[in-house]
Amino acid sequence: MTERDRPNPDALLAAIQRDEVRQQWGKLKVFLGMCAGVGKTYAMLEAARREFAAGRDVVIGYLETHGRKETDALAEGLPAIPRRQIEYRGIQLSELDLDAALARKPKLILVDEFAHSNAPESRHPKRYQDVLELLNAGMDVFTTLNIQHLESRAEAVAQITGVTIHETVPDTALTDADFELVDLPPDELRARLAAGKVYLPERAATAQDRFFRVGNLSALRELALRFTAEHVGQDVLAERRAHGTGTPWKSGQRLLVAVSASPTSASLVRWTRRLTGELHAAWLAVYVESTRAMSDEDQARLAKNLALARELGAEIITTTDDDVVRGILRIAREQNATQFVVGKPAGWRVIELFRGGSVLNRLIRESGQIDVHVVRAEGEKVIRRPVRPENFWKIDFRTYAWATGIVAGVTGLNAVLDQFVGFYALALTYLLAVVVLALFVGRGPVFFAATLSALLWNFFFLPPRFTFFITSFQDGMMFAMYFIVALVLGQLTARIRTQQTAERQREQRATALYLLTRDLAESPDLAQLLAVVIQQVGKTFRADVALSLPDENESAPVTAYFASTWALSDKEQTVAAWAFQHRQSAGRGTDNLPAGEGLHLPLVAGARATGVLSLRFIDAAPLSPAQRDLLDAFIRQIALVFDRERLRDAETQAKFLAESERMGTMLLNSVSHELRTPLAAISSVASGLRAAGELNAAQQSLTVELDEATRRLNRLVRNLLDLSRLEAGHLRMNTDWHDLRDFLRSAMQNLGHSLSRHEIKIDVPTDFPPVKLDAILTEQILVNLLGNAAVHTPPGTKVEFSARAEADQLVLRVADNGPGLPSGDTARWFDRFQRGPDAVAGGTGIGLSLVKGFAEAQGGSVSAENRPDGGALFTVKLPLTKLPPVPEEKE
Amino acid sequence: MTDKPLVLIVDDEPQIRRLLTVSLEANAYRVMSAVSGQEGLVLAAQHRPALVVLDLGLPDSSGQEVLRRLREWSNAPVLVLSVQDDEKGKVAALDAGADDYVTKPFNTDELLARLRVALRRSTKTGEAAVVYAKNLVVDLATRRVTVSGKEVKLSKIEYDLLRLLARHAGKVLTHRQILQEVWGTGHENDTHYLRVYIAHLREKLEANPELPELLLTELGVGYRFLATE
Repeated sequence: MTERDRPNPDALLAAIQRDEVRQQWGKLKVFLGMCAGVGKTYAMLEAARREFAAGRDVVIGYLETHGRKETDALAEGLPAIPRRQIEYRGIQLSELDLDAALARKPKLILVDEFAHSNAPESRHPKRYQDVLELLNAGMDVFTTLNIQHLESRAEAVAQITGVTIHETVPDTALTDADFELVDLPPDELRARLAAGKVYLPERAATAQDRFFRVGNLSALRELALRFTAEHVGQDVLAERRAHGTGTPWKSGQRLLVAVSASPTSASLVRWTRRLTGELHAAWLAVYVESTRAMSDEDQARLAKNLALARELGAEIITTTDDDVVRGILRIAREQNATQFVVGKPAGWRVIELFRGGSVLNRLIRESGQIDVHVVRAEGEKVIRRPVRPENFWKIDFRTYAWATGIVAGVTGLNAVLDQFVGFYALALTYLLAVVVLALFVGRGPVFFAATLSALLWNFFFLPPRFTFFITSFQDGMMFAMYFIVALVLGQLTARIRTQQTAERQREQRATALYLLTRDLAESPDLAQLLAVVIQQVGKTFRADVALSLPDENESAPVTAYFASTWALSDKEQTVAAWAFQHRQSAGRGTDNLPAGEGLHLPLVAGARATGVLSLRFIDAAPLSPAQRDLLDAFIRQIALVFDRERLRDAETQAKFLAESERMGTMLLNSVSHELRTPLAAISSVASGLRAAGELNAAQQSLTVELDEATRRLNRLVRNLLDLSRLEAGHLRMNTDWHDLRDFLRSAMQNLGHSLSRHEIKIDVPTDFPPVKLDAILTEQILVNLLGNAAVHTPPGTKVEFSARAEADQLVLRVADNGPGLPSGDTARWFDRFQRGPDAVAGGTGIGLSLVKGFAEAQGGSVSAENRPDGGALFTVKLPLTKLPPVPEEKE
Repeated sequence: MTDKPLVLIVDDEPQIRRLLTVSLEANAYRVMSAVSGQEGLVLAAQHRPALVVLDLGLPDSSGQEVLRRLREWSNAPVLVLSVQDDEKGKVAALDAGADDYVTKPFNTDELLARLRVALRRSTKTGEAAVVYAKNLVVDLATRRVTVSGKEVKLSKIEYDLLRLLARHAGKVLTHRQILQEVWGTGHENDTHYLRVYIAHLREKLEANPELPELLLTELGVGYRFLATE
């Protein structure tokens, strides 16, 4: 394998991750058709029946058979979720019952007509969003779609058929979908149409002939075929990249499309999406904000264009620059764009001459290494901007009244001054008034004032007075020059002023963000931090703010923070919870649950949400793109700080725990050391005496007793220490694979002579597979159970030990033939310091409590009972882990 | 230079030091003792003991640290004194180069036996071609394994495992050491392989697989092949 052919680790990872996401998410299968009537629903039902027959849990979520008999017959027998009935303005509508589907949670659900728009007041405006939620919940979904409803193809379809498509689905909703093309030759489709087998909505009936022309159908069919082929191609390509077969993929293309408020921008965006699909390139949509004020209508269209780009998968960047070309080029360089997409200009504008050529020419000239695509911008007819009647009525007449008033005032003043100065000087007074006016009002009123003042000057003061005639050439020149100077000066002043305003707004935004950052950084604790967030966001966006945080009791996903300035209604609370769970913004102005009155933004850091910020704006107007940008920046900042705060809390907590654990361990170790050192001395003295070999028989047996006593004391010390560890929760588990018999041998060795007076019967299957347990804990369970049996039963009796694998549990039993347990609550025998009323000396009553603690620490349980034929039976159940495969040896 | 081997005892407990000194001197060893790890290292450097008895629970620096620094320049066998419930410490010490461990409270006989094995291993020159233990004979040159004169057929891994343990007879090998040696890097945590193969070996080699005498388990630590004295 050469270097070049080796699979790219990143690509492999991406493929694995995609597989993982696919595994968590359900799988979407789309039955794609070129238009209505090709039999998509029929094909979907057939496929569903096959799955159903194979024993899968298939449910119909929503089916639109349009009363076709064959289709109805096919749906029969498949379980279905009843539709949700909604009455809207007296009309009965039925929709997919999303909540019922989520509650039913089948393996596979059928949801017809992917592009459908839901009834108002539904959770999502579009059905495809319902489907995404079903997929998110892990269900597989079958759905149907016509090619014309696909966002990136809608434009092409509109061009082919002349029918504008309103219900579109963003391509991103179909990223991981499988497609099955339901194909029908155009002639057959027309035959079916003629036979009345195709359902068409009434209003579309008139368009029928136009739409279903053979030429149209062929074109649509090609579009659908091509889309499916492309999609299959993408899968293959992804596979190829992951597995390193074939030629490597040329990466690094980054496309940049310039987006504006123009209605043609949407088509540019779609065109770019198609190109990126073919190039497999990343893409950016850039909007350059200028100082010029925008009408509400333009703003709405811009927001729509940007939203379209976002939906189609672009990265959105907005920047501010008075020179559009400079702004675009700056972003392009910052983002390493390799190709531009710009629209072909519709006409020729004189003004471009003054700006050093058209935007297009300059882009081409100044773009250097970057390729430029010039695309014919299709779209709605461009409406000439200045004369828009609805805009006209929005003109602020007060500023014109001001202009008129001031010009009139100056005219009065001039009438007085006229007696002292020449009429040329009066022009300067007018000029002053126009310039001053420009400081306060926009360009329109300034233009108006300049014109008005020129006329008034001419009429009242230029001889011959009270006429508009100008007799001398000099006066004419003065008049013309006055007019031009007033106009230019006024316009320049007004422009500087708007620039200043824009600058100020930008500065305000920067300051707002700075203040937020500073206050967040300065907040000493979380409570203060939350207060800052609520206050700053409320002030900056003129909104009531609610901050919802994850509920610790988990009863609801989020609860509003008490210091919020907006008390969320139950309905808004649900929307906030939805935003939190799905990590998507929801509410007003979004695609998710837009019926609410507030905007709910999740605070997302990394892969999880840390809270939801909800805003109810005091002004009715939607946020400008710049404000929305600022809000996004706020949210990002807040989310980051939140995450940091959360991590810091967790760290402090962990540190504290570690410290307390360290102290505890240190204390125990020191106690252990202190107790065991003398024991070690005693034990070694005993053995030393014996080894010296100068003892008589009686002395010899005394040293054995000494040994035995030391052992017992050592076990006691160990039990006490273990108990303290168990109590303090410092038990360190170290599970690994062990041979069960090793535990037993070690335990018996440990007990030494204590067992010598009993007959021990061991019953462990010889082929018992290794078990995954903690060595020390399990050994101590056996030590204590066997030791307990030895202490509490008369010498000479039998102690039986057995081990069995029962279900997925290891069952250890220690049975003795002693007096048995006193009647009463057997569970209490495992309580600490619990000793029988006539217990033999030698037990401390902690052995059994340790057995219980150690078994439970390993996820097991203990029980005790009296055997029917006398004696006690202790049972310990421990979890059994399946032995992973041990590789076979090659002979 | 006497032929009595020099043993260095590093333990902060005076009583243990005294006891060990008495026992060891009675058994023909020369003894030197250090109260702290620091002193132990200095004495070890100056006198080059034949063997070091090291307590893991030292007050100044941990026994592990002393072991690590000692191993930087000395190959003298190290016998570690450890407490019963510190399996992690034992494993760490063995992985860091200790030769064996004795659990407190220990038995003098046992300690002396371990000392002898460790000393013999360190003074032994070259490798024995044949390892004898009870009825078992492992011929490392011909790869022949017999029990009571009868040849036993072992698989490749079984043989590798047996050879590794037999070559280090008397020494505790940790799970990690064995797995790495026999199965290779990357299998250090596949303890279940080891359990399965040890069970196979016991079945084939031990007189009574239920009470193994050749392949001994050190619970939670590793395995030891019976030391032949």
